[in-house]
Amino acid sequence: MNIHEYQAKEIFRSHGIPIPDGDIATTPAEAEALAKKYGGTVVVKAQVHAGGRGKAGGVKLAKNPKEAREIAEKILALTIKDLPVQKVLVTPAADIATEAYVGVIIDRASKRATFMVSPAGGIDIEEVAAKTPEKLRKLAVDPRYGLQPYEAMELGFFLYDDVKQVRAAAKIMQQLYAAFVASGASLAEINPLVTTPDGTVLALDAKMVVDDNELDRKPDLAAMRDESAEAPSEVEARNANLTFIKLEGNVGCIVNGAGLAMATMDLVKYYGGEPANFLDIGGSSNPEKVVAALKIITSDPSVKAILFNIFGGITRTDDVANGIVTATKKSPLKVPIVIRLTGTNEEIAVKILEENGFTALTDMDDAVQRAVQLATGKEAA
Amino acid sequence: MSIFVDSGTRLIVQGITGRDGSFHAKQMMEYGTTVVGGVTPGKGGQKFEGTVPIFNTVAEAVKATSANTTVIYVPPPFAADAMMEAADAGISLIVAITEGVPVMDMTRVYPFVRERGARLLGPNCPGLISPGKSKVGIIPGRICTPGSIGLVSRSGTLTYEVVYQMTRAGLGQTTCVGIGGDPINGTNFIDCLAAFQADEDTTSVVIIGEIGGTDEQEAARFVKENMTKPVVGFIAGQTAPPGRRMGHAGAIISGSAGTAAEKIQAFEDNGIAVAKRPIDVVGLLKART
Repeated sequence: MNIHEYQAKEIFRSHGIPIPDGDIATTPAEAEALAKKYGGTVVVKAQVHAGGRGKAGGVKLAKNPKEAREIAEKILALTIKDLPVQKVLVTPAADIATEAYVGVIIDRASKRATFMVSPAGGIDIEEVAAKTPEKLRKLAVDPRYGLQPYEAMELGFFLYDDVKQVRAAAKIMQQLYAAFVASGASLAEINPLVTTPDGTVLALDAKMVVDDNELDRKPDLAAMRDESAEAPSEVEARNANLTFIKLEGNVGCIVNGAGLAMATMDLVKYYGGEPANFLDIGGSSNPEKVVAALKIITSDPSVKAILFNIFGGITRTDDVANGIVTATKKSPLKVPIVIRLTGTNEEIAVKILEENGFTALTDMDDAVQRAVQLATGKEAA
Repeated sequence: MSIFVDSGTRLIVQGITGRDGSFHAKQMMEYGTTVVGGVTPGKGGQKFEGTVPIFNTVAEAVKATSANTTVIYVPPPFAADAMMEAADAGISLIVAITEGVPVMDMTRVYPFVRERGARLLGPNCPGLISPGKSKVGIIPGRICTPGSIGLVSRSGTLTYEVVYQMTRAGLGQTTCVGIGGDPINGTNFIDCLAAFQADEDTTSVVIIGEIGGTDEQEAARFVKENMTKPVVGFIAGQTAPPGRRMGHAGAIISGSAGTAAEKIQAFEDNGIAVAKRPIDVVGLLKART
């Protein structure tokens, strides 16, 4: 789960990381009031779950409260990567002497929380890794002992020469590690970590991604989810325990299992079509899940054909068949549907479908070709 | 022969009285797996299905039954503890089916299990099956048939699809292993490839990968450097957009890394024949046996 910058900053602050003041505004007037309160120049930053918000015009300096109001008005009218900006963070501008990067991720290779730091901060860290790898330092933390002071100092010395700044940075890294572990994060990032002309080390930005699997046992983090900052169809899917991702094509796919769902999308493309979505109804699926899935797919006007691909293992195909019948009785389909199912209780499923006027296919390739043909109006490639 | 499980497998089921655990314990028994016990704290002394003894702890179960393998169906908040308990009790193969285990928990479980010399498969995996000998996990037994092909995959139902196509085409399997779709798992592709290379009954191997991470790229290099048996591959997620988690916690393209194109290239560069569609695995295998 992504959380906003201002939320990540709250978490980081609670672990002692030095971060300038800041507050949220949802209207230009609120932004103006905050700028007045802080005095001097402020930064107005779009709070949206999309990278590259700076390039999209979502981060701007304002010299006075009036300008803060005008800038907030513009940013609040922006849509960045299809997501409308609904909140801005207003924070006093800091004088910056140097910018560094500090991040922690779960590294799959070492299977540990791993620090990545670079004195070349403020820019895309992947670019640093690709072009100037000597400016990037990695350190995998042993989960049994945590980040040791000497390790944090080593990382600090990679960023700064002045030992005061090294100590300040090392402390911030231990605080960041504590925040990372306590939140069950898969990523925690400060970009940039700055020094001011008087030598103070400060975190000017904060980013955190929380492992979805932690949310059940961390209700305070789960409460940070901002559904208004997500695509409505994806929110609806998650509430129905489905995994859904909207794509650009016109073949609506409903599949059980993530790997098979991806392979189905790929096969749609292989036969000359474009998938409209990724949708995984998961394991032990009940008819209600199928009803919810069909509702989400049919509410997308770009979908020209619906494709079910179900390989029954834990999933009972008769459950899926019952779901299809229930859903289509309630609201008849306006686009053609192709159903492929095989596996657990296949015979019962086929009988249910045929009694209700549907045809069931057993072969994945046949079904995908048929769906592509119906969506595009031409023979599959 | 086969890898990891065979007729010598003596299995206990952790979470045997739960909904998933009891259902799959029965399925495994019906398949012919030697299920010697179950573990549910507080239900020690009872019997499952009137025959299988239930214990309060894994240590008690191991002492009483000489179990060497466990399969875990306990809910996510308790799964990490269940894995550690099994490793501490001297179990040598731990198969964790549970989906949704926090990754932070796995950073602690992984070194713990390793230090005790146990093999962990999963979590969030369908388990494994050596057709005709033993099934541990949830892979449907009827889609498999004994034979000479080894299969390793990060997926569940996509594995079933490919195995089903193979079985229909008369290509049986020594062992099918699902390593799971999480970012941190106990057994990776290379562990399985090495075991298949060493297994004298396995003549060729199928590897099914997906977007996210670099495990497939490393596996490809391993194949080139260490394997003499032919390997056929498939990668799911060619149409997946970057930055979005495609169901599995591990299936996410970050930046330019972990794309299907990158993995397919790595396979091809290292002598792995790549199937364009799941069904093409069959043709590629037949051309190589």
